[in-house]
Amino acid sequence: MKSITKQKPFKEIEQQLGGFDRVYIAGCGTCTTMTKTGGKEEVLAMGKRLQELGKLVTGWIVIPTACDEMTEVAIKENNGAIQNANCILVMACALGVHKLSTYINKPVIPALDTLFIGVEDEPGHFQEVCAQCGQCVLGETAGICPLTACHKGLLNGPCGGTNNGKCEVDKEKDCAWTLIYQRLKEQGRLDLMRKYYSPRDYNVAPRPRMTQIT
Amino acid sequence: MAPSFKEVLKSGKFVVTSEIGPPKGTNIEKMLHHIDLLKDKVDALNVTDHQSSVMRFPSIGGCLAIKERGGEPILQMTCRDRNRLALQAELLFAYTRGIRNVLCLTGDAVVVGDHKAAKGVFDLDSTQLLRMIRQMESGKDLGGNELDGTVEFCAGAIVTPEANPIEPQLMKFEKKVEAGAEFFQTQAIYDLDKFAKFMQYARQFPVKILAGIILLVSARMAKYMTENVPGVFVPQNLIDELAAAPKGEALNKGIEIAGRMIATIKKEAMCDGVHVMAIGKEEVVPDILKAAGLAA
Repeated sequence: MKSITKQKPFKEIEQQLGGFDRVYIAGCGTCTTMTKTGGKEEVLAMGKRLQELGKLVTGWIVIPTACDEMTEVAIKENNGAIQNANCILVMACALGVHKLSTYINKPVIPALDTLFIGVEDEPGHFQEVCAQCGQCVLGETAGICPLTACHKGLLNGPCGGTNNGKCEVDKEKDCAWTLIYQRLKEQGRLDLMRKYYSPRDYNVAPRPRMTQIT
Repeated sequence: MAPSFKEVLKSGKFVVTSEIGPPKGTNIEKMLHHIDLLKDKVDALNVTDHQSSVMRFPSIGGCLAIKERGGEPILQMTCRDRNRLALQAELLFAYTRGIRNVLCLTGDAVVVGDHKAAKGVFDLDSTQLLRMIRQMESGKDLGGNELDGTVEFCAGAIVTPEANPIEPQLMKFEKKVEAGAEFFQTQAIYDLDKFAKFMQYARQFPVKILAGIILLVSARMAKYMTENVPGVFVPQNLIDELAAAPKGEALNKGIEIAGRMIATIKKEAMCDGVHVMAIGKEEVVPDILKAAGLAA
């Protein structure tokens, strides 16, 4: 499981850093290192570009896992360079941005857009397979989530836009319901496709979602 | 008073429906002209609901205009733009204004249309929409609350007889039948042998099937549809026939082909009727019906 990110257009980063001339950069050693959007190499490259813009990079860090509680310790250890900056540019996913915002009382600016939580199906290729809906149907859909893998999130079978196993929105994308059909057929469980699914409860866990594990 | 669409479906006569595409803007003159042109020549007129996800004058507005002018409207309702509250509210409104027919569709994806950044809703799907209508008819809304005054609709849906693979599509078709669909308008069909096979299967269900006839206006369009429109296949002989038409005569050839298909479907009693779509060429629908031997 990885949080999949992509770097924002540099112009947008430049614009967000408009009023700040001293910047501290924080990357992440987990997901954004794997996706090459916020590892050491990308952090250093970003530092260089910011210097070319005439900004002072007061320091940088690649936090082992920016979304976990050790981040607080990492921030404390680098407090000098952080205090010396007027903003923090974060090259972690939005979870890391959130975590840093809770520990640092300075403007925290994301350098990345967080796209989805995905798995690597082929080297370097990531796919969204779960939308964290709170009502898992994978047991009845042969392990393929129609809510995530079908463009329209349909629960009751394919729409009329399905075309030779591909989706109407993109000929490169598989029709989720064709995949589900093929797997259920192989498993001798096609009857599951005849099951009627009622309209979903979109408030299984009303937003903002939270839980207490005891 | 003209019989309702439901009564026409029950009567056993060969049913003919066609389609009106509302304008992009407030100039409804052309739409009204098409309504006046077709309302007495067909049993009912669909009004499309932001077809292909292109924002337009609403389906309900077109349906009201048909009603006001003495025609029988079929409200096309997609799940793309409204959640379950908005869908129910529109059904209540439609009913109070005399609209009695609804075609339930999931709807095209937002990204194929002209507002690509919009949020696609899809709170319900076509099957759930059909069931919701039946629940409202029982006097309760989808939240289980009592309705003060209910609705009653002749509800329909669509099916793609030549989808590939076909089995998932047929399972969905059966789900729609179970959900209460009374009639189906099919995706465009051009190969009548294949359609006959589909009908052999579909006949076992207590629903009326109207074969979708889309007017072909050129060999280029026929090829484009085969290559790009899901579940639509124009046989090579029809493409050749269009290509062989003299310059400026392709449209007439298309009218002839559509008319010929309708006549065959009727003569061989292949299904219960036809749904004629002349996307952008509504003007020639009477000619198609004439070519089919259905009008004077």
